[in-house]
Amino acid sequence: MAPCSLLFKAKLSRPRRYLSTLIYSLGCLLLVACGNGENNVTTGLQSQTLHWGNGAEPQELDPHIVTGIPEHHIIVGLLEGLVLKDPATLEPTPGMAESWEISDDGKTYTFHIRDDARWSNGDPVTSEDFVWSWWRALQPALGNLYAYMYYPIKNAEAYATGKLDDFSQVGVKALDALTLEVTLANPTPYFLQLLDHYSMFPVHRATIEKFGEPAERGTRWTRAGNFVGNGPFILTQWDLNRLVMIEKSPTYYDADKVRLNAIRFYPTENTSTEERMFRAGQLHVTGSLPADKIAVYKETNPQALRISPYLGTYFYRVNTTVEHLADKRIRRALAMAVNRQQIIDTVTKGGQTPAFTFTPPNTLGYTAEAGFVEDIAAAKALLAEAGYPEGEGFPPTEILYNTSEGHRKLAVAIQQMWKKNLNVDISLNNQDWKVYLDSEASGNFQISRGGWIGDYVDPNTFLDMWLTDGGNNRTGWHNPEYDQLISEAAPAASEREQRYAHFRRAEALLMDAMPVIPIYTYNTIHLVHKHIKGMPSNILDYALYKQIYLSED
Amino acid sequence: MARFILMRLLQAIPVLLVVITVTFFLVRLAPGGPFSAEKAVPAEVLKALEARYHLDQPVINQYFSYLGDLAHGDFGPSFKYPGRSVNEMIAAGLPATAELGLYAMCFALLIGASAGIIAALKPNTAQDYIPMSTAMLGICLPSFLLGPLLMLVFGVWLEWVPVSGWGDIPGDKILPALTLASGYTAYIARLSRGGMLEVMSQDYIRTARAKGLPEWKVVLKHGLRGGMIPVIAFIGPAFAGLLSGSFVVETIFQIPGLGRFYVQAAFNRDYTMIMGTTVLFATLIILFNLLADIVAVWLNPRLRDLYRSGGA
Repeated sequence: MAPCSLLFKAKLSRPRRYLSTLIYSLGCLLLVACGNGENNVTTGLQSQTLHWGNGAEPQELDPHIVTGIPEHHIIVGLLEGLVLKDPATLEPTPGMAESWEISDDGKTYTFHIRDDARWSNGDPVTSEDFVWSWWRALQPALGNLYAYMYYPIKNAEAYATGKLDDFSQVGVKALDALTLEVTLANPTPYFLQLLDHYSMFPVHRATIEKFGEPAERGTRWTRAGNFVGNGPFILTQWDLNRLVMIEKSPTYYDADKVRLNAIRFYPTENTSTEERMFRAGQLHVTGSLPADKIAVYKETNPQALRISPYLGTYFYRVNTTVEHLADKRIRRALAMAVNRQQIIDTVTKGGQTPAFTFTPPNTLGYTAEAGFVEDIAAAKALLAEAGYPEGEGFPPTEILYNTSEGHRKLAVAIQQMWKKNLNVDISLNNQDWKVYLDSEASGNFQISRGGWIGDYVDPNTFLDMWLTDGGNNRTGWHNPEYDQLISEAAPAASEREQRYAHFRRAEALLMDAMPVIPIYTYNTIHLVHKHIKGMPSNILDYALYKQIYLSED
Repeated sequence: MARFILMRLLQAIPVLLVVITVTFFLVRLAPGGPFSAEKAVPAEVLKALEARYHLDQPVINQYFSYLGDLAHGDFGPSFKYPGRSVNEMIAAGLPATAELGLYAMCFALLIGASAGIIAALKPNTAQDYIPMSTAMLGICLPSFLLGPLLMLVFGVWLEWVPVSGWGDIPGDKILPALTLASGYTAYIARLSRGGMLEVMSQDYIRTARAKGLPEWKVVLKHGLRGGMIPVIAFIGPAFAGLLSGSFVVETIFQIPGLGRFYVQAAFNRDYTMIMGTTVLFATLIILFNLLADIVAVWLNPRLRDLYRSGGA
């Protein structure tokens, strides 16, 4: 190193002061680094600060604009809806509403808002806050992709799509300052579940109006220092692509029970780096884990690995408007000739569950009957029946997937299984995410990878996407009986069992026609530090921060 | 000299205009729009979004209004992050990228030049081969391999420095700077070895030795002056490369820099963000190349005289 500093002296006399400052600071950095013995996990334990691997930079923190999971994790700390969920059972528990009544016909909900509910600036939370917030959420100019969460409410859909101009006809009414009455179009058994989704959270009117129009996208009201919320934490820092920090709110009604003092969310897009951060004690929780690391953790650190069922399905869409794929025998043959367990064991490696229905099993007590079995002989027979004995003359067919190593491996496995079992030639086509979305939406595909995570715990979130005009259907498949069961029979059913019977019947129709080939039910895979207490697993991957704390025992 | 600089700056304007125009139309030609999402986007929402960002107007109108905004230094709102303007995102990302680039440059100069000089002193011996083959390894080892390797050794096993972050924990800037520096270190080592070898065989070095000067004085006082010219000429383009090429390192170490935004913007079809970062990087590259040329002229007496007489 010595000749080097001399080098600068000899050659660059004028800027040498700057250079020597730089060299000095570099040296200091090195020294400081070497003396650093503490990490986030040890300091977090003392200060009750949770370090959370959040997967990505939040797009926004406005609950009526965002759609993602990283945003969810932050917003549920800042805002609270009418109800919460018990993280162990997912049953609704009191949130902003301390109690509620449901009318006998299941269509009218009366919520009693707790009188000690406060916004973080000290304002009381009132029923008017909800009416105004829900009005805002339905403004098309806001570009709210989750407006459909409101559609069970009477006239909400008509209002959001511009068919109705008068908001007073939408079924939301403030009876008095603390009583909110919600009228539904149909009895909707999962309505309470929806209320805990951020798209139905209230927002602080005065704050939003201070920074712009109510339905204006992207004003500065969500910035740290501006954000006024009603949740257990307040936003204290938001550095782009670096960190979001929330700290305990003193005005929260349940502040006595909140044990964490702060949560720091890191935008950990790179899952390999995230895993190394966890190992180095920089994170308490990771958002995911690379598939090839799962086996390593099972062996070396199984107590940190948390794998649990998730309310989501990995599947292939089949475009039923493509000539040879219009024949359901072919679609069924393809579905039957995939060895799902083998894919799970060798490709995804996360202990996922093979899927034979579209709705994940045990979705709030609903389990559909398997729509098919893996049976190569039967698959061959179906294919022969459809005119392609031993796969002869089977038209060239392509699997489309968005560019990702995981999707590629899975597609290769399926390609080989179909070749080996049915002797059909399948080619693979990967496209960049946005191109893939475009191809799929415009029907420019034959078979395409898909994934669907339930918005709420009810079979409806999986089954209503296959309606004839469903924006997420994209397969060209339609069946009037199916539509009738989902949009009319099930909503009108008075008993859960009767409703589920309609769903089962509908799902049987869907699986018989097989416009969608289920592959597996997702698992969530996290690394969770042993200090974390009060965070049980559940199928929504839902964490209730006010129950979480850090402790060594 | 002033005329030379002025000419170069004027030449930069049409270059930038071409960059802006080509990028503007290319991003709009790319399949997949900024608002396509996995969940179906209802028609009324899409319409509202396109109106909000003026995408419902003819492309040519969009182009001219973009140029107009740009003339006022306004890059527009980001499509992907509704609450952020591109100006704000650049202001947030550029300092981290520049700081990372600066540290990397310091490491590269310190380590690279020392290695090159040491190697040049005894050419074709172990003292030459060892630093130079290490340098070769530095060129060959891509940062997406070196970065995780450094993280594992110094972050996870030795626990000397954090594995990622930027300004959160002391020492978190060292590994990314080293990783980004590696390729440049190697290149600088080779440049300085070459430069020194050439200079050390010159007559005036022999004269200096004949005067009885100690060898270290010969090397540091007389050798370096000429031997470092290629290295100094390389600093300009290298810095442009460090700024625009840091996205891999930024992604690996989760640094909130501009490179990461750039790549994400392309994937997200965030038109304004792609435009903003492209224009910025194009400007920086033009400026640093100009700077490199100025330094080259300044270092070379013959060129300097040429410009002086031309400018007078």
